[in-house]
Amino acid sequence: MTTIDNESNVVLATNTDFKVVGTRPVRHDGTDKVTGRALYGADYDASGLLHGKILRSPHAHALIKSVNTSKAESLDGVKAVVTASDFPQVADKTVELGEDDTKLEWLRDNILASDKALYGGHAIAGVAAANPHIAEEALKLIEVEYEVLPAVLTTQEAMADNASILHKSLTTQELGEDTGVVSNVASHFQHVKGDVSKGFAEADIVKEREFNTTTVHQGYIEPHNGTAFWSADGRLHVWCSTQGSFVVRDSLADLLDLPVSMVRVTPMEIGGAFGGKIPIYVEPVAALLSKKTGAPVKIVMSRKETFEGSGPTSGSYMKIKIGAKKDGTITAAHAWMAMEAGAYPGSPVGAAAQCVFATYDLENALIDGYDVVVNKPKTAAYRAPGAPNAAFGTEQVINELAEELQMDPIEFRLKNVAVEGTRRPDGPTFRRIGAKEVLEAMRDHPHYQSKKQEGQGRGVAIGFWFNIGFDSACNIAVNSDGTVNLTEGSTDIGGSRTSIAMQAAEVLGIPAEDVRPSVVDTDTVGFTAVTGGSRTTFATGWAAYEAAQDVKQQCLERAASIWDVDVDGLQMEDGVISSTADSELRMTLKELASQLGSSGGGISGSASVNPGGVGGSFAGNIADVSVDSDTGKVTVERFTCVQDAGKAIHPSYVEGQMQGGSVQGIGWALNEEYFMGDDGNMNNSSLLDYRMPTALDLPMIDTVIVEVANPGHPFGVRGVGEANIVPPTPTLANAIYDATGKRMTELPMSPGAILAAE
Amino acid sequence: MKWIDFEKPKSVDEAVKLLSGSSGNARAMAGGTDLIVQLRVGDPRVNADIVVDIKSVPELNELSYSPDKGLTIGAAVECYKIYNNENVKKHYPAILDSATLIGGTQIQGRATFGGNLCNAAPSGDAIPNLIAHRAVATIAGPNGTRTIPVEEVCTGPRQTSIGSDELLVSINLPSNGQDFGANYIRFTPRNEMDIAVAGAGVSVTVADGKFTSGRVCLASVAPTPLFVKEAGDTLVGKPVGEEAIQGAADLAKEAAKPISDMRGTAEYRKHLCEVLTRRALNTAVERAQGS
Amino acid sequence: MPGKTYVQTTINGEQVDFLCEPRQSLLECLRDVIGLTGTKEGCNDGNCGACTVNMDGRVVTACLVLGVEAEGANIETIEGVADGSNLHPLQLAFLENAALQCGICTPGFIVSSKALLEQNPDPTEHEIRFWLANNLCRCTGYDKIVRAVQDAAKRLQEA
Repeated sequence: MTTIDNESNVVLATNTDFKVVGTRPVRHDGTDKVTGRALYGADYDASGLLHGKILRSPHAHALIKSVNTSKAESLDGVKAVVTASDFPQVADKTVELGEDDTKLEWLRDNILASDKALYGGHAIAGVAAANPHIAEEALKLIEVEYEVLPAVLTTQEAMADNASILHKSLTTQELGEDTGVVSNVASHFQHVKGDVSKGFAEADIVKEREFNTTTVHQGYIEPHNGTAFWSADGRLHVWCSTQGSFVVRDSLADLLDLPVSMVRVTPMEIGGAFGGKIPIYVEPVAALLSKKTGAPVKIVMSRKETFEGSGPTSGSYMKIKIGAKKDGTITAAHAWMAMEAGAYPGSPVGAAAQCVFATYDLENALIDGYDVVVNKPKTAAYRAPGAPNAAFGTEQVINELAEELQMDPIEFRLKNVAVEGTRRPDGPTFRRIGAKEVLEAMRDHPHYQSKKQEGQGRGVAIGFWFNIGFDSACNIAVNSDGTVNLTEGSTDIGGSRTSIAMQAAEVLGIPAEDVRPSVVDTDTVGFTAVTGGSRTTFATGWAAYEAAQDVKQQCLERAASIWDVDVDGLQMEDGVISSTADSELRMTLKELASQLGSSGGGISGSASVNPGGVGGSFAGNIADVSVDSDTGKVTVERFTCVQDAGKAIHPSYVEGQMQGGSVQGIGWALNEEYFMGDDGNMNNSSLLDYRMPTALDLPMIDTVIVEVANPGHPFGVRGVGEANIVPPTPTLANAIYDATGKRMTELPMSPGAILAAE
Repeated sequence: MKWIDFEKPKSVDEAVKLLSGSSGNARAMAGGTDLIVQLRVGDPRVNADIVVDIKSVPELNELSYSPDKGLTIGAAVECYKIYNNENVKKHYPAILDSATLIGGTQIQGRATFGGNLCNAAPSGDAIPNLIAHRAVATIAGPNGTRTIPVEEVCTGPRQTSIGSDELLVSINLPSNGQDFGANYIRFTPRNEMDIAVAGAGVSVTVADGKFTSGRVCLASVAPTPLFVKEAGDTLVGKPVGEEAIQGAADLAKEAAKPISDMRGTAEYRKHLCEVLTRRALNTAVERAQGS
Repeated sequence: MPGKTYVQTTINGEQVDFLCEPRQSLLECLRDVIGLTGTKEGCNDGNCGACTVNMDGRVVTACLVLGVEAEGANIETIEGVADGSNLHPLQLAFLENAALQCGICTPGFIVSSKALLEQNPDPTEHEIRFWLANNLCRCTGYDKIVRAVQDAAKRLQEA
């Protein structure tokens, strides 16, 4: 593997007026993280701590006839055993889950099964002991009587006539109406724009393909964890690694039938998430065990449990059909997508529908989406959920059209690209977006301009993620030394506390180092939605911006009071307060801060926001691969990621998101899959056989940050966390096609599959 | 993990006594990179109540070479010691193919060839290489010491002809002449860390442009590492070149009896046998002719 | 049931003694018995490298070492890499090159890379990637990690 000598990381900045925004300070939590000092969820310790372990179903689908925990309870060292019957029996209702919602009954059931085990790995009971090995040994003593049922593992199996049914209460919602038919299809929806029959009739060429993708996992290195402890006044305190402490709080309140004020969640540092740590799994079990034992109880999942008992993303079955005129104009597009929801409804097929054709300006489009339950773990979000599946299909069919029309694949996309004012098939009209700019940057990049190396194949693709807004809160207090404390509630998965601090620093005109950001618990800051959906730098950034503006205004008012002048004549630039009328009046923020106590007291500002004006992000890839024709093994020789960030607050961390998402996409494309055995269980639930890329499997990932400012954010920010995982699978499929002539329509494109393909 | 007791013998005799004394419930441990995982998951093939740490037994830490004795690798010698050893690098360079392939750097800091052999996985990366080098295993038991060819050690998946009261002491590789070349390669989807989907360990000697000996052993395509005697034998007397090598590779493919599992299908593994044997023989020839 | 074993060892240059059951791994002993939580658990079977420590001069995954094996050994963990408040050039390089996002794999990478640079002060990109293949990162895609190691190598050579 050789490093190609070109500029590896490029920022095509459009606004360089900023002092702090766009720079690359060392992150505030960095020292603790490189010295092992930072405390993650599993590091939490307390006096009298007990360890909890969870018994899980060995069957993919089974009735639970009985559960006998008496032998486990009498094992020396075991302090308590809990099952679903230990939950308070509350009336069912809809509960918010952070990015979507579900029935309380299903949420509770997933955490500890009641009448049915719906997937191999489904939690059945929890045990607490002072010695985790004893807790684990106790699991073997729990006697469960199962009646095994046939399992369905793919959408095709689940949708077949006479398929084994997961939920007798689940009836299909067909285009918004309840059909009353019991089925594994939770819902079918459609988006219709124009008239696709007319559009296909007008086309000179039509390409249609079927695609299949298997279940994959987010693969965060840190397993799920949580510690629970009740105080004597009935308040529950939980420490855990989560993307949303308020979601944990609210879910626990719903499950345990408590007012939210009786639950406090302290987020610890978190070791990766990518959407998978939005749902809760072990916290409620720890809470039940803690209630029974009167001691703090910590549960940490094993790696096997993380694969089998948390939330991977959907396997899917899709049919993509696109028609175009000879001149390259797309006339119609139809996407038929069925996605696995896992054991309970709620696959990301809705989000997939928003993204599948988003790059293109289409007069006629039809999208059919099916949410299908299967006997696998309930899916959770995985970085732009649903969109990578959809793009694997669309971006290959697009390439096939371009090839037949003998058009350059990027030029073909540019000819049809969505712009400001384009209306998506699912409804929204784009405000300012950067799809065109991303494609142009790809086309003009030295990678794309360079001659392909002998024997290699090259592929391109582009993808979209809409990003979200939602609630964030922020408090800023001025310290007497002129620094400020900033508290916010967005758990920091990848350096966000620094990007948020930088935005406050920009407003106040102080260096990033003079802002001290902390991620605080649910008692200490206003409601903040999950760290997910690429919202954090955008929405919590808005909150920090507003809180800083509040502080700035108060500083001006305080200076006015100290100088006994009208506040309207004062301004604050680069951390200096001055008067437009009287040039003698000048003081730094540091000087003002040292006088706060004697001039009226402290200054603190706050904001709670739920910003509109979210800007979506487009990301594109260029990849060169070589394929060993004897073994089918693909080597990624060169990889470039181009993404529109609107404005990169901290370019190094934007680059990091692009590189990380690209590599997850590469793993998804080439090797990652849930290998399901004949018994319906996952056979490869270890990091040995669930093959995520190692450092030796990859080249450097070159990046280009495009900045098409989002008008909905003061600095132009578009969230960047997710769109970059969307294009890699079709990029590599297109590159493999270019190298071998083989069109791969199934994921993963593993060596054996490539060799076997025609 | 269920309860285990831990012992750390200082001599072969003490180790053998521990292994013999507990009616099959004691297991020897060197690096533990297989054993500890198996104990943790409760692998029924590992019914150990006592873990016997053999790393303090001097004979098991021997790593020595002499032209007449050849290379002796004690059962507890870690991969990192093997690939850093000057004698190995100079006289048995192909051994590095396996020592640098098992797991990754940290695994190589603990894992041993002895453990790889005794674990007897069909995919064991050290075993075909040892067999290609005509290695022999020295085993101590309550009734004394015996020596057998390495190809007689593995008898089934995770089963060996080493008794539960016996201890692998060392592996010996005879000296090779200047005309010797060997290679172990395997196919894995990732470039490190994976279990071999298929592997080929081969050795050849050449003289006057002809093969004078050949040995071919395959990994992951049978219940044990598969020594394909006929593939090596077919080379003898033939001119060094594509035709002879292809003939050996085809025989290797024919002999393979792989199963389909999560790491690969039977068809794919059979196909790989030919590819890997051919490639490994080509490398072995280059090394034989280069040295 | 028999009792615990008394173990005497050296960790980050300090003599440490502790009690443990033979079934407890070195990783468990470091984290739960001794209280050094910088070494992380990602898989507990040697496949992710998050629990990398340096034991008697070479890097190993602490999940595959029994706590009782620490007897008489010389162990270095992430907590021993910095010299008081003087960060090691690797730590500085990781910070300045933004080579961490969630940070859970970082202790393992730093301990592992430190051993590499002690053995091979001027590694090629391939040598770095080969050495670090036993350390998984899911956030960074490894690019900035490799660059940080290259940067640290330069800093160490200039020192």
